[in-house]
Amino acid sequence: MAVHKRSYCGYAGQLTPLWSRFWIVTRYAFKNVFQWKLLTAFFVICFFFPLLCAVGIYVSHSTPLWAMFARLHFDVDAGFFFHFLRVQGSMAFILTALVGPGLVSPDLANSALPLYFCRPLSRAAYVVGKMLVLASLLSLITWVPGLLLFLIQSCLAGGSWMGANLWLAASIFLGSAIEILVFCVLALALSAWIKRKLAAGAALLAVFFFGAGFAEAVNAVLGTKKGALLDLARLIGTVEAHLFRQPWRSPISGGSAWIALLAVSGFCLWLLARKVRAYEVVGG
Amino acid sequence: MAPVIELEGLGVRFWQRNILEDLRCTLSGRAIGLLGPNGAGKSTLIDTLLGFYPVATGTARVFGYDIRTQTKQIRSLTGYMPETDCFIAHMTAVSFVRMMAELSGLPPGAALERAHEVLFYVGLGEARYRKLGTYSLGMKQLAKLAQAIVHGPKLMILDEPTNGLDPPARQRMIRLIHEMRDSGELQILLCSHLLRDVEETCDEVLILKDGHQVHYANLEEERRTNRRFLELETAGDDGGFAEALENLGCQCAVTSGKRMKMVLPSSFVIRDLYRVAEERKVQIQRMNYRRDSLEDIFLKAMENSNGRS
Repeated sequence: MAVHKRSYCGYAGQLTPLWSRFWIVTRYAFKNVFQWKLLTAFFVICFFFPLLCAVGIYVSHSTPLWAMFARLHFDVDAGFFFHFLRVQGSMAFILTALVGPGLVSPDLANSALPLYFCRPLSRAAYVVGKMLVLASLLSLITWVPGLLLFLIQSCLAGGSWMGANLWLAASIFLGSAIEILVFCVLALALSAWIKRKLAAGAALLAVFFFGAGFAEAVNAVLGTKKGALLDLARLIGTVEAHLFRQPWRSPISGGSAWIALLAVSGFCLWLLARKVRAYEVVGG
Repeated sequence: MAPVIELEGLGVRFWQRNILEDLRCTLSGRAIGLLGPNGAGKSTLIDTLLGFYPVATGTARVFGYDIRTQTKQIRSLTGYMPETDCFIAHMTAVSFVRMMAELSGLPPGAALERAHEVLFYVGLGEARYRKLGTYSLGMKQLAKLAQAIVHGPKLMILDEPTNGLDPPARQRMIRLIHEMRDSGELQILLCSHLLRDVEETCDEVLILKDGHQVHYANLEEERRTNRRFLELETAGDDGGFAEALENLGCQCAVTSGKRMKMVLPSSFVIRDLYRVAEERKVQIQRMNYRRDSLEDIFLKAMENSNGRS
């Protein structure tokens, strides 16, 4: 319809494939995320440490430079990548607290979900679309630079090092993946249930920081060590230490930590499924 | 005309409570009205047709697609304007409508073009770069209408479209609905508890009460065949006045004392009434002339359904 005519007419043009619709949700959410300059600045800061690590790897392979920085002696081994992932994991958590709560809560606060779901867009596609925003941002600061560092080290140290340490690449990816999964589903579930961006961000911080205290309290009251299962930060640390074969003080095994994190993710997905729907049926 | 909506014993249940029960009807009008008092199940029916609520019994079809198994096809063909406030506060109207168009399958370029066009069409052209959070209630209603039509649906579902609108805004909304209906590009399902809205826009009406279907009427046919009524209040000796009118083909009923209600034949002209009154020396003190309106149909349906509730 031409603007000057201002009369109604239908649309007879081409349509995009159904499977690609979730990407529209992601694209618009990305646009919204990067309108916040503080977040953009923090996202850039997240790359400082990987850059520093890359410089460190280069220095460790340059004899004259290595002599200059002899006091900073370190080995590029499993411990190096473990600590890299721990630092980037902390950055990922802050990024999740900044981005996550703003993804779903505005749609729920303004009851916009019926407008999404009256179109050929499933609830799963909506959640995947929103989660992809966080997952891609977190990937860019965790396993992507981690694997790049691994490649740089492999190039400088030679094929034999790469062959002997290929398991490290898998550990970098798996450690980051479980971290990203937990952060994403937790942030989305909290923002879906709390509906207020600030409150959801605060709740995310509370789950991690008060979770540790709560776990200790459970241990003290019940005289058990299984309270650690409620401490998400420790669970993630345990899984990563297990993957990188690093010493880690934890009363629970790597396997238990894996199961606990997957259970938390499953529970968060169930919470999301309860809230992300066109209309809630209230009653009983 | 091919059926738009076919209800085949449709029932919806929440928490063991029947919200809709055994709805059976075929609706095929250009504009279909869904009427009923608050809590009748109108919005639930709409939301069930869109696949938001699970079906407990029976089924329904929209353009032949089953609502239990073919919701994606149905959603591709429909545009929905919900009753409640639905928007994304931080988005401008144009990016909001564009996103909705893209979600309906339009490529980004076409979606942007259509978003501008429909915003001009509904009258938000000048305000299209403003954030939706700053819109007045009337403007939000128009933005909801814009997102419902941006992808050119075959069926537009409007749930209480004139809610909260002042008279000029209501007139504007009704005019837009008229225009879209008359364009022949889409069919409309309008849900409202306001009889006037339905009467002005619809040619077919389904009346619900307590989740039951209490009446179906083809307003076009009713308008063609409905009867004319006269309500009279007279003074003086009216002996033989009613009989004289009955001789002219009227059906008269004396309701109380000097009041009578008459059903007029199509050939009857009001001048005959004055002539008979003069002959019989009857003074006409009050006369109310009207046609059978949607209000009568609605009240009759409500009365008839009282036995059930």
